[in-house]
Amino acid sequence: MKATSRSVGNVEVIALEGKITIGAGDTQLRDVITNAVNSGKTNILLDLSKVTTIDSSGIGELVGSYTTVTNRGGKLKLLHLPAKLNELLHVTQLITVFEVYEDEAEAAKSF
Amino acid sequence: MERGDSERIEITISSRFENIELVQVIAEHLCENAGVDEDGSHWIGMAVREAVANAIKHGNKLDIRKKVNATFELSGDELEITISDEGAGFDPAKVGDPLNPQNLMKTSGRGIFYMKTFMDQVHYSFQPGGGTSLVMMKNLTKGSGIASTKA
Repeated sequence: MKATSRSVGNVEVIALEGKITIGAGDTQLRDVITNAVNSGKTNILLDLSKVTTIDSSGIGELVGSYTTVTNRGGKLKLLHLPAKLNELLHVTQLITVFEVYEDEAEAAKSF
Repeated sequence: MERGDSERIEITISSRFENIELVQVIAEHLCENAGVDEDGSHWIGMAVREAVANAIKHGNKLDIRKKVNATFELSGDELEITISDEGAGFDPAKVGDPLNPQNLMKTSGRGIFYMKTFMDQVHYSFQPGGGTSLVMMKNLTKGSGIASTKA
């Protein structure tokens, strides 16, 4: 998995690319979020448009990321959810946990 | 291959996460060759991914000397997938329901749920001397179990 970050106002937009799966991107995602939070960036918008594969470990890391950010007083929201990831969040009812946006400007404004 | 044909494929891998995709790809190609659409093949492949990941992580505890065996048996429209490991087994009844509000924010425990969502039947058997076999069944004429969430 590849992650690239940029700031939009007070929001850190982190674009993830590739696989978030067991033994591959799952621990990387944890590290990316931990590093962002530790450097004071607690308003995080995860752009998932280029995530190609995710499994239950990747879903678990998304949940863990949400908890990490929330516990530090921040917010984690999702942008450009791929259709299959959207369905995985729906069947596990996690879609009720995450705020999901299709427009980056609108998402950035919501923090 | 056409829908209705029979096919049997077997593969044995060592317990490395990078081998999961090998087994997943076999599942997806087998389904596509049998006439299942791309989405349906993807969800069956994902069930296989979750099963193999569990066998490697929880069954064989990442011991690369231990093997995971996968067999795919297609008979008519019925696909039976068996994933076996060399682990000590577990009590499926003790696996929590990820839809329970108390479990919703847990970072693990969704793999078996996804398997049950995408497949028609999922059941485990445990050998007396060790080793767990997971058998998953899918009728390929049925849609994926996830389709109803689109509405």
